[in-house]
Amino acid sequence: MSGTFKPDVTAFCCRYAVYNFAEDPGGLAEAGFPEGVKVEQVSCSGRVDVVRLLKALEAGADGVYVVGCEEEKCHNVAGSQRAKKRAEYIKDVLLQLGMEPERIEMFFMSRGDEARFIEMAREMIGKVKALGPSPLRGK
Amino acid sequence: MIVAERKPIKEIISMINGLRKILVLGCKGCVTVCSAGGEREVEILATIIRMDRKKKGEPVEVMERTLVRQCDPEYLDLLSDSIGQFDAVLSMACGVGVNFLADRYPKTVALPALNTKFYGVAEEQGVWSERCAGCGDCILNLTGGLCPVARCSKGLFNGPCGGSVNGKCEISPDIPCVWQLIYDRLKGLNQLDKLDEVLPVKDWGVSPHGGPRKIVREDLKI
Repeated sequence: MSGTFKPDVTAFCCRYAVYNFAEDPGGLAEAGFPEGVKVEQVSCSGRVDVVRLLKALEAGADGVYVVGCEEEKCHNVAGSQRAKKRAEYIKDVLLQLGMEPERIEMFFMSRGDEARFIEMAREMIGKVKALGPSPLRGK
Repeated sequence: MIVAERKPIKEIISMINGLRKILVLGCKGCVTVCSAGGEREVEILATIIRMDRKKKGEPVEVMERTLVRQCDPEYLDLLSDSIGQFDAVLSMACGVGVNFLADRYPKTVALPALNTKFYGVAEEQGVWSERCAGCGDCILNLTGGLCPVARCSKGLFNGPCGGSVNGKCEISPDIPCVWQLIYDRLKGLNQLDKLDEVLPVKDWGVSPHGGPRKIVREDLKI
């Protein structure tokens, strides 16, 4: 499975946290950002509501993750904490649907920490590769 | 407000098993305020249902609509032209809305997506608690505005039971003893003398125990 499977992952990222590198996909790729991750910048991770995350999964994403500021240092005070709760909510939904909760994750990072950003993407791609394609993919 | 919460997803999915065309019907009243059955929750549930069917490879058409209220005929009547096309309507209103939907559309399968819990308040964001039991004969004037019917676990009318410890109810340390609250409040209002009055046996005939209730206001009828 993992030999031919090319993961399709969507990442919703706080614009404030990734301000210094996300606009340069070429540079990111050069620095080791993995293939298969589509980055969607948002004004705050707390702006990503449950429906948006579910819709990404419904559309067939093999994995979805949210990147927000460090929990206690969110630029918008509690945005990343809210995002974390929404990700947890969706984990429960996935469980009830008989899907793997690991298909959604929440990550936190310091502002501008490109290395950590790449590390998170690699971690997510690794998780999704182990899980295999989403059962909603291509349907 | 009437406070409700969504049923477990598995229960809802089992309820609509085999149905091909479903209307998820929200309500902009109480259940929107308590984040159980408004426009946003309709979109979430409809998406979850589509995900489930996609996973199973079973086709489904899920429509979404949210009415101003499901407990008034003028809003439910807005469905009259379209409701016949659905195999079922999954109502995200409180039980009142589901009942009224079933009353008004005898040929429509009306299903509840929520569990209706109580008449309550929002203590803080994400926390609701019961305040009124709809007993039909309010005595809040005698109890400092705090209800022993809804908030005493035993529904006692003349003071606390022996299980009141440090202001908490014996059934849970998280539940305040309402009789302690009543005492403290009346004391603060210099109205402790109200507790000297022994409350008479309550007429439960006007509560749900007396059968389904109805109010008719001739002054308002057309």
